[in-house]
Amino acid sequence: MKRTMKFAAVVAAAALLFGACGAAPETTTNGAGATDTASPDATADQGDTVENFLPCIVSDQGGFDDRSFNQLSYEGLLAAAKELGTEHREVQSSAQGDFAPNIAALVDQNCTLITAVGFQLAAATAESATANPDLEYLMIDDMADTTGDGKPDAPNIKPLLYDTAQAAFLAGYLSAGFSTAGKVGTFGGMNFPTVTIFMDGFYQGVRYYNTENDANVQVVGCTSEDCTEGSFTGGFEANETAKTTARNIIDQGVDVLLPVGGPIYQSALAAIKDSGRDIALIGVDADLFETDPTTQDYVLTSIRKKMDVSVEETVVAAGRGNFDPTPYIGTLENNGVDIAPFHNFEDKIDQDLRDKVEHLRQEIIDGNVKVTSYLADS
Amino acid sequence: MSTNEPLAISESQQMNLDTEPEGRWKGAFREMLAGGPGVAIGALILAFLVGSIMIAFTNAAVREAASYFFARPQDFFSALGSAMGGAYSSLIRGSIFNWEAPTFQRMISPLLLTLHNSGPLICAGLGVAVTFKAGLFNIGGRGQMLMAAVFAGWLAFGLPNLPVGIHLIVCILGGILGGALWGALAGFLNAKTGAHEVIATIMLNYVALYLLQYLLATPGLMQNPGSSNPITPATPMSAQLPRLFGRQFPLNAGFLIALLAVAFCWWLLNRSSLGFAFKAVGENKRAAKVAGINTDRMTITVFAISGALLALAGAMQVLGTVTTGFTDGIDGGIGFDGITVALLGGSQPVGVLFAGLLFGAFKAGGSMMQAGQMIPIEIVSVIQSLIVLFIAAPPLVRAIFHLPQPSQVAAAKKAAAKAAKAEAKAAAKKEVSA
Repeated sequence: MKRTMKFAAVVAAAALLFGACGAAPETTTNGAGATDTASPDATADQGDTVENFLPCIVSDQGGFDDRSFNQLSYEGLLAAAKELGTEHREVQSSAQGDFAPNIAALVDQNCTLITAVGFQLAAATAESATANPDLEYLMIDDMADTTGDGKPDAPNIKPLLYDTAQAAFLAGYLSAGFSTAGKVGTFGGMNFPTVTIFMDGFYQGVRYYNTENDANVQVVGCTSEDCTEGSFTGGFEANETAKTTARNIIDQGVDVLLPVGGPIYQSALAAIKDSGRDIALIGVDADLFETDPTTQDYVLTSIRKKMDVSVEETVVAAGRGNFDPTPYIGTLENNGVDIAPFHNFEDKIDQDLRDKVEHLRQEIIDGNVKVTSYLADS
Repeated sequence: MSTNEPLAISESQQMNLDTEPEGRWKGAFREMLAGGPGVAIGALILAFLVGSIMIAFTNAAVREAASYFFARPQDFFSALGSAMGGAYSSLIRGSIFNWEAPTFQRMISPLLLTLHNSGPLICAGLGVAVTFKAGLFNIGGRGQMLMAAVFAGWLAFGLPNLPVGIHLIVCILGGILGGALWGALAGFLNAKTGAHEVIATIMLNYVALYLLQYLLATPGLMQNPGSSNPITPATPMSAQLPRLFGRQFPLNAGFLIALLAVAFCWWLLNRSSLGFAFKAVGENKRAAKVAGINTDRMTITVFAISGALLALAGAMQVLGTVTTGFTDGIDGGIGFDGITVALLGGSQPVGVLFAGLLFGAFKAGGSMMQAGQMIPIEIVSVIQSLIVLFIAAPPLVRAIFHLPQPSQVAAAKKAAAKAAKAEAKAAAKKEVSA
């Protein structure tokens, strides 16, 4: 016992010696900053930030490092707090019962704007917003409508929704034109509307390509307009199930693959590498080429859901006193959704197809081509 | 098995019964459970110490001050002090009393939140503790809670016209039935087919999870009509556990049910003949069999009761905690937390009560630590896991805190008895010689 204690003491002392020889900073900082990130940013500019404005965010079980909507919303909020020169507060939920207490903890921290991420938080957000009518709420990916009247339950909730079907439509058209096998594939994590909206748009884009170009490109993993009957892995983990699902679709002979749902693209990529064939990958949410460099040789494009941008804009507007609770729906027109640049595939896609995709974007914005989704008519 | 079988046991078997060495794992397991309150408190202190080090090292101000420790050590210590003070004061403000809140209501709401959180944790802990007492291990808490949620939820949404009160009781009883059946199934597999209960319960977790996911994703089953999200409708008011201090506090009658469950388990384990049989099976299964206890039936009964207690936790989640519609995460990890609670509580009902309260406080304080001090929620999980780790190593905890080792205690007792005997002998000799 004594010997181990001695050994531990020596190791600890050595660690201290190696780590602790730096020079103290010249300026007299007050070392008492327990809340390190809490010191107000000195670069507060423009001076028109609302007094005591404190933006806050609460995640669902995915956490702020989910490489998906929690993370993008979080990055948007951080960027806004920096721009406004304010502090921020954050809470991650680890279970369903945490949502209400976590939002309550943020209210206790004197947050003035609370961003709730994901449909699971809708009820807890609506309840807190009703109880605190003087606070502002952002609801990501849901209408916060538990009463079913098509409006948020409280007038101080601003829903941020994304009609990703529009961007997925472009990706579907592009994939159909790019595919030489005449088969493209898709699969989702779980059967959520926010997942199937990608698959639905993708399917419609491929079908539109077929009618326009008299082709017969098939979609594996979603065989009808309603992709709720499509292929799902049953979760959002990059596990063996996800890889098997990807492999099954690859085995049907596809040469473009769209996996929808957080990190499951990693399993899809592994399955693509295993197959040894030339199969292009389509990312979702963020530009996969930039967020995960290991995918760079495979990413044809990504269907971007620009939550980071819209959260930042909304929070900055609220911080300047211009909170507008009108629901925001991200579309191609307001640049809330889009497809990412083609990067390494720039030269592999012929100019004619690229022009057609650009033209199609304008057609959708102008309403000449209709993309249906559960958000399109709301 | 006939009742006169014990008579047929041969001499050699009898010998075997007495001298059969305990399995290595079985021994370790027994050691873990027999730690006693001293070891539990020691483990708590150690876990908090290690947790504090982690809080210190994840704090940016502390790390920065440590880089020039020798140039200005006071910076390091003041940063360390404020990091620790901030962390533990926010833990207390989030779980017991928030002295910074503007109104008295909000000052005491953390304590009520702690009590609210601890209700399901206590029930889950009791469920696991009952199996520990019988020498079994129920890792199937998640599945049993989910089945309880399915039953209770289905009765809550499906029978909305039942009168207030009756509706709630029907939902609770239905939930208990669901969990008890799911638990009994694991017990049955163990008793009749020899499947190890750990494997059986873990696999049944998945069966329950995917069953619930199917029910949630299929319109017309448990999915909220008019929504395509995998979430159920809200629990109707008539099936909700009544809140004890008004709508603004989450504390509901579930906590009282948990207290009743503690009393029930105390009676079951300490006063009833069934509980005696459980413990007999747990102490020595063969001996219990020889004594005429039907061990197969006991295994199934233990798992049914354990499942029923975990089901109570699941029903509380649906009828009290998440009344706005639930998803497949309704168990909230409580089925697994129950294992920790049972271990920390030494598998004693009263111990489980206190362990459940402590974990309820952790859960409540975690939100405040995150929101106020930017301490990652994982730290709280790490402290909880460390508690288990230290409880699993009683000799280490005893050595650090200089608690008596049980082997030494036994040796000392033996020595004392020997000395007493020798003295008595000497006295007798003296008497004789006199």
